[in-house]
Amino acid sequence: MDIVITGLLLGGTYALIAMGLNLQYGVARIMNLATGEMLVAGAFAAFWCHTAGQVSPLLSLLLVAPLAFAGNWMVYRFMLRPLVRRARDPGQLEVDSILATFGMAFIFVGIMLAGFGGDYFSYSYLVEPVDIFGATYALNRIVACLAAAAIGGLLCLWLYGTRTGVAMRAVAVSPRSAGLVGIDVPAMSALAFALGGAVAASGGALISTFLTMDASVGVLFTMKALVIVIMGGVGDMRGAILAAVILGIAETAVATLIDPGLTLAAAYLMFIAVLLFRPQGLFGRRAA
Amino acid sequence: MNRRTTLKMAAAATLLGGLIAGPASAADTIKIGAVAAKTGPLAGGTAVTHWPNIQLWVEQVNARGGLKLKSGMAKIEVIEYDDQTNPGESIKAVQRLATQDKVDFIVAPYGTGFNLAVAPIFAKYGYPQLAVTAITDQIETLTERYDGLFFLLGSTEAFTQAVVDILVDLNKAGKIGNKVAMVNVADAFGIELANSARPAFEAAGLEIVYDKSYPLGTQDLSPIVKGAKAANPDAFIAWSYPPDTFGLTQEAIVQSLDTKVFYTAVATSFPAYGGKFGSKANNVLGAGGIDPDTPEMQAYLKAHKEVTGKAADGWASATVYASLQILEQAIEGVGSTDRAAVTAYIKSHTFKTVMGDVTFKNQNNEVFWTAGQWQDGRYLGVASTGRPGAKPVQLKSGWN
Repeated sequence: MDIVITGLLLGGTYALIAMGLNLQYGVARIMNLATGEMLVAGAFAAFWCHTAGQVSPLLSLLLVAPLAFAGNWMVYRFMLRPLVRRARDPGQLEVDSILATFGMAFIFVGIMLAGFGGDYFSYSYLVEPVDIFGATYALNRIVACLAAAAIGGLLCLWLYGTRTGVAMRAVAVSPRSAGLVGIDVPAMSALAFALGGAVAASGGALISTFLTMDASVGVLFTMKALVIVIMGGVGDMRGAILAAVILGIAETAVATLIDPGLTLAAAYLMFIAVLLFRPQGLFGRRAA
Repeated sequence: MNRRTTLKMAAAATLLGGLIAGPASAADTIKIGAVAAKTGPLAGGTAVTHWPNIQLWVEQVNARGGLKLKSGMAKIEVIEYDDQTNPGESIKAVQRLATQDKVDFIVAPYGTGFNLAVAPIFAKYGYPQLAVTAITDQIETLTERYDGLFFLLGSTEAFTQAVVDILVDLNKAGKIGNKVAMVNVADAFGIELANSARPAFEAAGLEIVYDKSYPLGTQDLSPIVKGAKAANPDAFIAWSYPPDTFGLTQEAIVQSLDTKVFYTAVATSFPAYGGKFGSKANNVLGAGGIDPDTPEMQAYLKAHKEVTGKAADGWASATVYASLQILEQAIEGVGSTDRAAVTAYIKSHTFKTVMGDVTFKNQNNEVFWTAGQWQDGRYLGVASTGRPGAKPVQLKSGWN
């Protein structure tokens, strides 16, 4: 039971890391290697709000999310749209976007270094024990996990319950056909990219309550996000959340039952297994 | 005032500034190279311990006119490179400093692996290498191989031995039992410390009831703290790196792991640690220390805060600064930038530094701080290999 709950909490963290990339890669077809940096930027903002203004990280989401949305929309509009236009096929867009966002990651790191310095930043928020079924958990992790569930739930409701959501999923399945049935594909892609950035930054703000970060730690998150998105199936929100939870529980189980040193090995073993046996992802449909 | 006049005035001001600075730059300058991480996993550590001290030292030396050479005063000009936490880049940058920038001296890089990686290049071009943030159990072999390589911060065994001594003393005094839970980060320094601690604990009659490692960058350390707590130890010892030092402490608070001795290694002495945990950090033990009460150290801590805008850490910061003081005194002692003479001077002289007197024996500084403890909001040295001013170790009584 302890393993399941600890794993769920870790899975919630991973879901926060991965959901943003899932939208960006799944719908806008941009393999955004700067997603980790967007997350760290969100964490920085929350840190700054907390230390400078004593604003709770949860409240700072109200600031972080819209700012990240606007920022990412501009990035897509001015930096990535030309790539999308120029790309002759999805493969080329993928390569171009990987290169462009890889460079963008360095720019983000540079800006954050210049703005905040390379120090570790860390603050205490809700470092309180909570008892669930006789075992103790940190309140800030529980809050982050609940927020992940809320964000994930809202995104799913929106994707599966509204007209815009349907349009977005249509773009995820096939941008060309979506355009043929009258969906404004460029606008949808921009929206998805901006939304993904907002989700990543919000995730960062929540994660900063319990992880110590510095300006150049983003790439670690990008790696985890990549693994989860590919395991869950590209553009599939339910798959990403499920993959995050499975990964969280697997890592916790290995750490508790076998050895904490093998958590990374376990994570990548699962990744390889998924690539070998279900390359389309847990929920994904085989490409036609 | 319209834009054009503003521009003109700015140009005039620049020109004037150039004229005033003119005579100073006409005198000799001494070029110092510096390579360390500004990005990548080690950047968080260098931003606290490494770069601010270079900035402080250069500013102080130049403020008093520069280094005193036989040919006159020479101001310091620094050339900095980012090694991106990549030893390959570090080697390339040192090579470039030596061959293209033709710097007079190079500050040793940050991190054990990086210092070992660049040691052959330093040796090849005859640069003295005052390695601070490099702790290894191979000091003897390395100093034999490289004539200009000096170690300042101590050896792995000294750090584990300090912890063993603290535990044994407390155990003998009947204050704690002999059960130790030990965890380590599965990376160079953590592994080396754990490997050195294991036999030392056993030889001292301490029982290791929990012994696990975890990968660098582990995002959830709660299984480790839970496992350690289940083993019901008297002391919790973590050979940890910065992010996990913070993470383990936070988990220990949440899980109320109330051991009487709580030790986390690297970064316990960082100001951010005290800043984050506040009164909860009280009586946490960590690697390395300083005696902040000496007049030299107080002046240093004050200047560090004023010049760089942030607080120095309670361990390696002051030693990095001391290494630069040693370089400064050796250059002035020789009176020129003759690197072989400076290296020989470092070997044969005693230096007055912010850490106290430093003498090298077989290129190794044998007097250094090995453990410290947060006591009432300050990080103080509690164990050393011969530095005066160690404070008594306090027992930890819960997290409050």
